[in-house]
Amino acid sequence: MADVAVRQELAGGSLPARDILTLLAPSGVRREDPALECDLDAGAAARLWEAMVIGRRLDRAAVALTRQGELGVYASSAGQEACQVGPVLALDAEDWMFPTYRETVAVVTRGVDPVEALALYRGSAHCGFDPRAARIAPSATPIATQALHAVGFAMAAARTGSSVAALAFLGDGATSEGDAHEALNFAGVFRAPCVFFVQNNGWAISVPIEHQAGNVVLAARGAAYGIPALRIDGNDVLATYAATRAALARARSGGGPTLIEAVTYRMEAHTTADDPSRYREAAVLDAWRQRDPLARMERYLRDAGVLDDARVASVTAEADERAARLRRALQDAAPLDPLRLFDHVYSAPTPLLERQRAQLADELSRMEP
Amino acid sequence: MSAPVRLAESPSTGTARGGVSLAEALNRALADAMAADERVVVYGEDVGKLGGVFRVTDGLAERFGEQRCFDSPLAESGIVGTAIGMAMFGLRPVVELQFDGFSYPAFNQVVSHLAKLRYRSQGRLDLPVVIRIPYGGGIGSVEHHSESPEVYYAHTAGLKVVTPSTPSDAYALLRAAIDCPDPVVFLEPKRRYWEREDVTLPSPAVALGSAAVRREGRDVTVLAYGPTVPVALAAAEEAVGEGWSVEVVDVRSLSPLDEETIVASARRTGRVVVVQEAPRLAGYGAELAAVVGEGAFGWLEAPVQRVTGFDTPYPPARFEGWYLPDADRVLDAIAVAMAY
Repeated sequence: MADVAVRQELAGGSLPARDILTLLAPSGVRREDPALECDLDAGAAARLWEAMVIGRRLDRAAVALTRQGELGVYASSAGQEACQVGPVLALDAEDWMFPTYRETVAVVTRGVDPVEALALYRGSAHCGFDPRAARIAPSATPIATQALHAVGFAMAAARTGSSVAALAFLGDGATSEGDAHEALNFAGVFRAPCVFFVQNNGWAISVPIEHQAGNVVLAARGAAYGIPALRIDGNDVLATYAATRAALARARSGGGPTLIEAVTYRMEAHTTADDPSRYREAAVLDAWRQRDPLARMERYLRDAGVLDDARVASVTAEADERAARLRRALQDAAPLDPLRLFDHVYSAPTPLLERQRAQLADELSRMEP
Repeated sequence: MSAPVRLAESPSTGTARGGVSLAEALNRALADAMAADERVVVYGEDVGKLGGVFRVTDGLAERFGEQRCFDSPLAESGIVGTAIGMAMFGLRPVVELQFDGFSYPAFNQVVSHLAKLRYRSQGRLDLPVVIRIPYGGGIGSVEHHSESPEVYYAHTAGLKVVTPSTPSDAYALLRAAIDCPDPVVFLEPKRRYWEREDVTLPSPAVALGSAAVRREGRDVTVLAYGPTVPVALAAAEEAVGEGWSVEVVDVRSLSPLDEETIVASARRTGRVVVVQEAPRLAGYGAELAAVVGEGAFGWLEAPVQRVTGFDTPYPPARFEGWYLPDADRVLDAIAVAMAY
C-alpha cells in the first residue's frame, strides 16, 4: 500500500513516495510534470535561489542572536526554504498571506525588514511590521487559527468583486486542529479564493506525523472538502512556486480554494528552546541533507549557465551583509518606551487604561535614574 | 438610508401592537446599519432564509441579498475566525453565535485574535466585528441555551462588551457597536426579546461605555444589566410599599465600564445591591462591588449586597424559577442593606 510506504518512509526520514510532484530532482535535474507547470526559465528562477540563500543566512543569524540573548526564542525554518520562498514569490502584489511563527523567512521574502519580522521573537512587539503595508497578517502563534482569517479575507474579496487572493501557511501539526477543518470547510462551501499551503515537515514539536494523522497524506483531505489538492516536494522551490502560482490563478479566476501539501523536513529543533535529541535520531537528518532545497537549485542553475562562482559569491556576500545589518540593528536598538504597553488596546484609551498608564508613569518618575 | 424596514411594514408588529420589541429593534438596527454602510455583512447559523432562530435577522437576506446576509456552516470558531479575516479585508461583519452555550467553540478566536489584533499590530489593524450572542436564562430551554458568559468577555482586554435591556437601547447600542472600530461582544437578553416599548426608531444614540439611571431613588442603588434590569425595576416598585426609595442603574456597558455613573449613584444612596444571573464567584457583580468600594467607601452605610445565580451549572429548565434572581430576592437584599 502506497500509504504504508509513505508512512514508513517519512518515519524513517527517507525519500518521499513517488506520488509527490517534483520539478527539480535532488540531483538538480529539471523534470517536467503535466500536473505541475512552471513558467519560469532558469534565468527567472534564479531569484528563488537568491531568496533562499538570503533566507537561510538570516535564519542562521536569528538562531545565533537567540543564543546571544538578542532574541528570546526563535523557530527556525532551516531546510524548509523552498516552502518559505516559493509560495511568497508566487503572490501578486495585492494578495495577502497569513503566516505562522515559523514563517520569518517568508515574511522577509515578502519584503519586510528582518528587524521588524523578528520583533515577535525579540519581545519588542507582537508584530513588528505593518500588516497593511506588507499585506501580511501578524504571524499567528495559536495553531491553525490563521487559516480561518485567510478564508474570511478571501470570502470578503470574492464578495466585493476583488481579484485579491489569500495564502494561508499551515504546518502538519496544524491539520489536527479544529480550525484547520473549519477553514477548509468554509473555503469549500464558499469557494473562497484561498490557497492552503501545508508544510508537512514531519514534526509538531516532538510528535511525528504518523502520530498526528491517521492518513499521513494530508493532501488526501482536499477531497473531503471539495477542494482540489496536490502533494508536492517541499524541498523543490520550482514546485512550491509553480503549485502556488497555479492555485492563486485558479482562485482569482473563480475556481475556489486549493490545498497544497509540501513534504519537507524540519532540520532544526522546534524552536531554540527545544531539544530534538530527546525524540529523534540525528542520523535521520542525513537523508534529508541529500534533498537540500538550496543545493539542488544551485546545481540546476549552474548547469543552466545562469549561476557561476562569482554570482554565488556576490549573493552570499549580500546575505552576510544583511545578517550583519540585522545583528547591528538589534544590538543598537533604542530602549523601549514602557508606556507604549498601553497603546492600541482600543481605538481610543478607556478611562481605566488612562489611569493605569498614569500609574506606571508615576512609578517610572519615582525610580532612581 | 431611508429604505423601509420590513418589520415596520408588517401588520403584526410595530406600534399597532403597542411599541417595538427588543428583537424588532435589533432587526431594525441591523437593517439600518446595512443600508447605511455596504461594508456591513451579517452571517451566522440560520440567519439567512430562516431569519435567525429568534428572527433577529428576519428579512435581511431578502432585502440585501446573500452577499450581505448569509448562512454559515455550523462552526462557531469558523464564524468568528472568518469575520476576523473579513474585517482585515475592510468589511464590518456582524455575526451571530446562536446561543450563549455555543459561543465557547469560538473562544480561542475571540480571545486570541479578535480582542488582540489591534494591540498585536500596534494599531495598524482595525477589527470592527460585532458578535451577537443571545444569552441568559428564563425561556425554559434545554441545557447550554441559558448561560451568562459575560465575564469571560469583559475580562478580556481589547473587547467591548455591551448588553441592552430595552428596545430603544437595543437599537442604539447595536448601531453604536457596528460603528465602533473595536470588536464588540453584543449580549442579547433572550428572555427580553419579546418585551415591547413604545418608542420610535431610530432611538437616540447611546455611547458605548455609558450606564443609564433607569429610576431615581434616595435609599438604595440597584446595579443591574441585560435581563435583570426589569427584575431590578420590579423590586424597586415593590420597595415603595416598604417605604424605600430605590435607584436602578442599568450598567449596559460591561466593558468599558461607566464607573463615574455607578460611583455617583452609590455616593447618593449609600447602599448598593448588584444583580446578575451568572453565578456569584468572580462574577461581574464582584467587579461592580469593588468599584463601589473603591469609589464610595466613605459614603456607604452597608456592604454591597450581591444577588446572583447559584454557583451551579445552569440548572434544568424546571429548576430555573428557583435559580434565577427575581424581584423578591432583590427585595430581600435591599432589606438587608437597609437594616444596617
